[in-house]
Amino acid sequence: MARVVVDPIPRIEGHLRIEVEIENGKVKDAWSTGTLFRGLEIILQGRDPRDAHLLTQRSCGVCTLVHSLASVRAVEDALKIKIPPNARIIRNLTHAAQNMHDHTVHFYQLCALDWVDIVSALSADAGKTADLSASVSGRPQPKAYYEGLKSKLKAFVDSGQLGPFANAYWGHPAYKLPAEANLMAVGHYLDNLRQQVHAAQMTAIWGAKNPHLQGHLPGGVTVIGQLNADRISQYLFMLKEQIAFIEEVYIPDLLAVAGFYKDWATIGGNKNFLAYGDFPQSDKEPESFYFPRGIIMDGQLKSLPVDPAKVTEDVTRAWYENGAPLNPTVGVTKPLEGDALKGAVPDTTSKDGKYSWMKAPRYDGKVMEVGPLAQCLVSYVGGNKEIKETTDMVMKKLGIGPEALMSTLGRIGARGIKCLVNAKIAEKWTMELIENVKKGDTRTFTDYKLDETVNGQGAGLNDVARGSLGHWINIEKGKIKNYQQVVPSTWNLGPADSKGQKSAIENALIGTPVADPKKPLEILRTVHSFDPCIACAVHVIDPKTNEIYKFRVS
Amino acid sequence: MDSHVDLNERLALKGVSRRDFMKFCGLMATVLGLPMSFAPRIAEALEKKRPTVVWMHFAECTGCTESFIRSTYPWAADIILDVIDLAYHETIMVAAGDQAEEILEKTVKDQKGKYICIAEGAIPTKDNGVHGKVHGKTFLEIANHVCKNAAATICVGACAGDGGVQAAKPNPTGAKSVAEVTGLKTVNVAGCPPNADNMVATIVHYLLLGKLPALDDKGRPLFAYGYLIHDNCPRRGHFENKEFVKQFGDEGAAKNWCLYEVGCAGPETYNNCPIILWNQGTNWPIGAGHPCIGCSEPGFWDKMAPFYVQK
Repeated sequence: MARVVVDPIPRIEGHLRIEVEIENGKVKDAWSTGTLFRGLEIILQGRDPRDAHLLTQRSCGVCTLVHSLASVRAVEDALKIKIPPNARIIRNLTHAAQNMHDHTVHFYQLCALDWVDIVSALSADAGKTADLSASVSGRPQPKAYYEGLKSKLKAFVDSGQLGPFANAYWGHPAYKLPAEANLMAVGHYLDNLRQQVHAAQMTAIWGAKNPHLQGHLPGGVTVIGQLNADRISQYLFMLKEQIAFIEEVYIPDLLAVAGFYKDWATIGGNKNFLAYGDFPQSDKEPESFYFPRGIIMDGQLKSLPVDPAKVTEDVTRAWYENGAPLNPTVGVTKPLEGDALKGAVPDTTSKDGKYSWMKAPRYDGKVMEVGPLAQCLVSYVGGNKEIKETTDMVMKKLGIGPEALMSTLGRIGARGIKCLVNAKIAEKWTMELIENVKKGDTRTFTDYKLDETVNGQGAGLNDVARGSLGHWINIEKGKIKNYQQVVPSTWNLGPADSKGQKSAIENALIGTPVADPKKPLEILRTVHSFDPCIACAVHVIDPKTNEIYKFRVS
Repeated sequence: MDSHVDLNERLALKGVSRRDFMKFCGLMATVLGLPMSFAPRIAEALEKKRPTVVWMHFAECTGCTESFIRSTYPWAADIILDVIDLAYHETIMVAAGDQAEEILEKTVKDQKGKYICIAEGAIPTKDNGVHGKVHGKTFLEIANHVCKNAAATICVGACAGDGGVQAAKPNPTGAKSVAEVTGLKTVNVAGCPPNADNMVATIVHYLLLGKLPALDDKGRPLFAYGYLIHDNCPRRGHFENKEFVKQFGDEGAAKNWCLYEVGCAGPETYNNCPIILWNQGTNWPIGAGHPCIGCSEPGFWDKMAPFYVQK
């Protein structure tokens, strides 16, 4: 039996350590460790509730914006503030653009190279690559383009200065794409680096800048002087560019790559899914959410209602003071200190050993996967017509059924489906904004009272790029008394709990084939399919002694 | 292999023409406050040198890296692949685990005193720094090893520069700046995050002139942080006329009046946001009707808060 530690896990946000036990070529057990603790929830105590969204946004600079959104919603819930329709639409447009940025960058920059072998692209035939791109891509390139790309790639590899591509698992037997498909993908990897800049610009139209937008605040949005035809049309035309990229490049690439890796539709799955839902289309929440709220249990394609009171966080296996699992409305964040922390060395071997800075969220005591796959499944059975149509199209093209979605491959595919549907609906919302402005309604902010007489408790539940995100705030005498963030990556990547139930990623890794424990490419595939983003999850890392410096094979 | 011959080809691989590249050099000359005649010299410097860069992530949110990849003229990919040799960067690199660590160790050993270290994130110091680790080592150990052996350490963002958000009161992890824990004099490209153009300009300055740019007393490059936001704000006239936004969403807000009374930190903040703007000139906070929060000033999470109250 071999114990393998992968640390750092690259191409994610944050510091993540994954340890697995391998037996007979498959993962038998797994432990996910967040290796950083920052203490933002503690820092928030005593501050002005309006400042929380600026501070919590610094939870993560990759999924920037979304913590700001969850925070202003939590304060609005606590203070019973109803925001104007324009503020709702502008928030939705900004969030949709953030998803376009996030999902495409994830596919091309963070996850593609687990499936695409750049070195293999060197042996591609340029003419055949052109034929391939003509048959599968919405943006076919001629032979000359691929000849140029290939020779430049060769020059780069020959230079010996491989920069971020050095020392990777190139040539690993788990890479299955033909050389031509690899070459085509390399071209799109580079194209995405440009497209993402424009997606970020779209968020800056309404949110000033990206990363870390400054456009939200409890009560609405600050944009009002710039709510004009010029700015709206700038958003609209950049949106059309994004939709074209997603339709012509991203979705065809997903389908083309998935066609060669269909075995991954039976690897890395979970059975329980939670989606808070998002994108309110009126002030009725969650009823008006475009992506509905719901739960899928035991793999049954049926959406069940969500009761936020059933969310708890367990700290048995995390470096916090032990206590019963608590709902975030009364949650506590008390990290262990000094000797009790024992150097924050992951203890994955003893019963109830602590091994992560992430808490373990549970719903009704159960482990749930969150993220685009969860949102896609809940929307599929929950009445979202566009998600259903797009998912059916993808399944038909790949010749798979809905059960195949609950897998590593399905997780990557669902992200693309959600991205496309979200981008298209943003066009409709932009038109609604235009109608409002045409009618003379330019309101973007609702005033409210906040002084030492104000108390309140509220929650902001969102479904963002990486899944269900909740902020819970308790306001006392106009200040933050308590603040808890339960974030997507703790749902997916947290540790086991007091009942020994493994987290979503730990479950998903079990059963994953590993051809070579010294080059655990297959582990990266499933890990990256969750799009880990864990600065907000409070991270850290480290095995006992210096052994972590090696893949430990014991 | 002759890297001079290669640069244009490598840029072309990314679809960047010679013209785009020269445009970038012109932009950098502007950001650095150099005369335009320096643009060809910048191009020459970039073509001849591909220094090794290691980019370290400590206690942070990766917002600085994200900001950096919003860079254009040239695009971030061109800087990463063609201008510098980015040997280590956790968010971008393909290698994982041991293979990643091997690259870092080899760089520190083989290129001691020659590589550039870019640091993103603060260093937790409480309980011997156990609140942040990679590959089993604390950030505290890593910073002392990797930063101290570099030719220069450039801190990007508030966290590396002054401790940032995790160092805000009560600073639960004892987070400190890279300079505080290593004793090094660092360049601090300030901001939460810094503008991509200012990060790129700092690197280019080093490559072009072989030394670090002139800094203020807080370690910030003067070319970017020598300007008070308030002095360059397009709403300054409204301040002088006493035309203030009294509440968000009011008539003054609709007329783009001054945000001083709703908390703007522009009069106390040094940065070039109103001059170069953000995201390819798309916007900036005050442009979107939001007060400046003073994110390029050390300790701003405590010093400038509460953010929506007049200073």
